[in-house]
Amino acid sequence: MENPYLPYPVRIDDIVVESEDRNLKTFKFVFLNPDEEAKFAYKAGQFAELSIAGVGEIPIGIASSPVEKGFIKFTINKAGLVTSHLHNMKVGDIMGVRGPLGNWYPWETLEGKNILIVGGGFAFTTLRSSIIYLLDPANRKKFKNITVVYGARSPGMLLYKDELIAWEKRDDIDMHITVDGTSDPSWKYNVGFVPPITEQKAPQGDADSYAIVCGPPIMIKFTQPVLEKLGYDHDHIILSLENRMKCGIGMCGRCGIGRELVCKDGPVFTLAQINRTPREY
Amino acid sequence: MKVIKIEKSQWSQGLDNLRDAFRLFGPVIEKGFYDYRELAAGQAPDLSFQNTRLSPKSLVFPQSETMLNYSLDPADPERNIMKEAPKDYAPRAVIGLRPCDAKAMVLVKMNFDTEEYQDPYWLNLYNATTFVGLACDAPCGTCFCTSAGCGPYHEEGLDVLLTDRDDHYLAKALTDKGAQLLEKAGWTQAADADTIIEKAKQAAEAKVTSKIETDGLRAADTMALYNAGFWDDVAFACINCGTCTFSCPTCWCFDIQDEAYRTKGVRMRNWDSCMFPIFTVHTTGHNPRDTKTQRVRQRFMHKLKYFVDKYDQGIMCVGCGRCVRQCPVNIDIRKVSALMNALSVQARCAV
Repeated sequence: MENPYLPYPVRIDDIVVESEDRNLKTFKFVFLNPDEEAKFAYKAGQFAELSIAGVGEIPIGIASSPVEKGFIKFTINKAGLVTSHLHNMKVGDIMGVRGPLGNWYPWETLEGKNILIVGGGFAFTTLRSSIIYLLDPANRKKFKNITVVYGARSPGMLLYKDELIAWEKRDDIDMHITVDGTSDPSWKYNVGFVPPITEQKAPQGDADSYAIVCGPPIMIKFTQPVLEKLGYDHDHIILSLENRMKCGIGMCGRCGIGRELVCKDGPVFTLAQINRTPREY
Repeated sequence: MKVIKIEKSQWSQGLDNLRDAFRLFGPVIEKGFYDYRELAAGQAPDLSFQNTRLSPKSLVFPQSETMLNYSLDPADPERNIMKEAPKDYAPRAVIGLRPCDAKAMVLVKMNFDTEEYQDPYWLNLYNATTFVGLACDAPCGTCFCTSAGCGPYHEEGLDVLLTDRDDHYLAKALTDKGAQLLEKAGWTQAADADTIIEKAKQAAEAKVTSKIETDGLRAADTMALYNAGFWDDVAFACINCGTCTFSCPTCWCFDIQDEAYRTKGVRMRNWDSCMFPIFTVHTTGHNPRDTKTQRVRQRFMHKLKYFVDKYDQGIMCVGCGRCVRQCPVNIDIRKVSALMNALSVQARCAV
C-alpha cells in the first residue's frame, strides 16, 4: 500500500526574494529521486504539502507550471512556524514535498473559451502556473482570449515581476498590472484596487467566458459584484479556497466545509458550489 | 453460514489455542470501568459487560501513533529525509466487540479507504484484525442502535458473531477470516441454531426502545438546517470538553505533529476534536469556527447531515449511547436529531 503521508525528498535549488518586505520568497525544489518527479505530475491549480522534518507541514499552491520540467516552485509568505523555518533555510537544504493534492482549475471545460484571470497579492501563485500553462505553444491555441488583472499593494509587493512585464508585452494575452498605490513616478502600469480595475478592463461575461479569481477574501468580496455586473454566471466564476489543513488527503477532517473537504473536493470550486456551502473557511 | 457451539468449558482452551496465532484483545475491567486491552497470557476477556466506556476505535486507530521517523543529525547523509516507522501488523483478534462498535468501524473505513488514497496505518491494523463480536441480549437504556443503522445482533464489520446462551456460546462464522479463527481455536462442533439465534435477535431488538429520528434528514436542505435557529440553544450548555468525540466510535479527526529531540524525530498523529477552539484556526489567526455554537453545530451537522449527503449510507452514528451517558452537560444527540428532523419536514431540498 502506498503511503500518502510519506513526502518525496527534495533539495532547495534556488531561493528568490519576491517582495520588498522580504516576506515572500519563491523556492525552487528539485527531486532527489528523478522517478518521484514523474509521480508528482500535476495540473495548474493544485497544491502540495511542504514538509520540514521536525517542524511540520504547510499546504501551498504550486507556482510552477506543469510545462516546466525538472523542478517545482512555490512562493511562500512568512507567517508562522513552518514558513518562518523555511524562510531561514538555504540552497542545498533538504526537505519534503507531498502531492500533488487537491483538484485543479477545470482545464477541459475551459478549452475553447475566453478566460479572465483575476488575482491579488500572493494568491497569484497558482495563477502563474495557469498562465504559463495557457501560453505554452502546445496549449495556447486551445483557448480563446486570455485577460489577466493582477494587483498588489505596491510595486515592490508584486510577484514574478520579470514575468509580468514580459507577459504585458505579448499580444496573445491581455495583461493588466495594478497596484493599490505608489509614489514611484516611473510606474507605468495601472494604479487602483483590483475590483475597479477589473470593472474597467475585463471583457463582458457570456456563455463562452469564465473567470478564475484568486486573492485575499476582501478582494474576492468586492470582485464578485463586478463580475456579476459584467455578466459572469456563478458557475462560470472559479475560486480557489484556503482552509487549515493537516493531512491534505481528505482524512483528518480538519478542512471540511459542509460535505466537502477543501483539500480533496477543492480547493477549486465554482461560486455556484460555494453559495450552497457553509462559509466555514 | 456455519454456526458453532462453544461449551463454556471449552472457552479457555480455545483462547489459549488462539494465542499461538493472534494477539488477543478484549474487554477488561479497570478501576470500575470496562475498556479494551490486550489480554495477557491466561487472561480471558470479561464478557459480563454491557459496553466499554471508550469505544474500541483505538484498536485500529491508536490515540497517538508514530507514522514516520527521521534523523536530524547534521553528520547523517539521510538527515531530514522521512522514513516509514517500523510497525507490527502480526495478526490480532478482538474477542467481545459489540455489533454497534463493529458497524462503526465499517463507517470509519469509508474515511480511511478511498478510491484516491488509502491510509496504511488504519487499514493495515484493520486488515490484520479478526473481529469476534458478542451480541447484546441486555442493551443499555441509552442504546438506540436499531434506529441508527445497526442493532444488537447486527453482523456488519464482524468476522464472527457470538451469542451467550448461559452454558455455551453460539458462534456464527460470518467471513472466511472468522471461520479460520474458529478452526484455530478448536471450536468446531456444528450446531443447528439459526432459529434460536433469530429468536434471541428479535427479543434483543425489542428491548432497544430508545430511538433516534432521522428519516427526514436525507432529503432536507443542508443550508436550511445549517441556518436553523435552534443551534444557539443546543450549544448553550456545551463546554467543548471533547468527551463526545473522545468516546465516540465514529469520530476520527486527527492532528499531525512533528516531535523532535536533538538528532532524532518522529511525525505522529494524535486524536483531535472539532470541539476544541483551535481545531480550525489559520496561521493568520482567522478562525472559521471561533464560536462554540459553530463548533457544536459542525459536530451534529457532520454526524447527521454532511455524512448522509456525502455517502448516502445513513448517519455517522451507531447508537452506542456513549456520548449520551458521558456528556457532562447532558447534550443528547437524539434530541438534536429530533430538532433537525422536525425542521427538515418543513424544509425539503429546493433543488
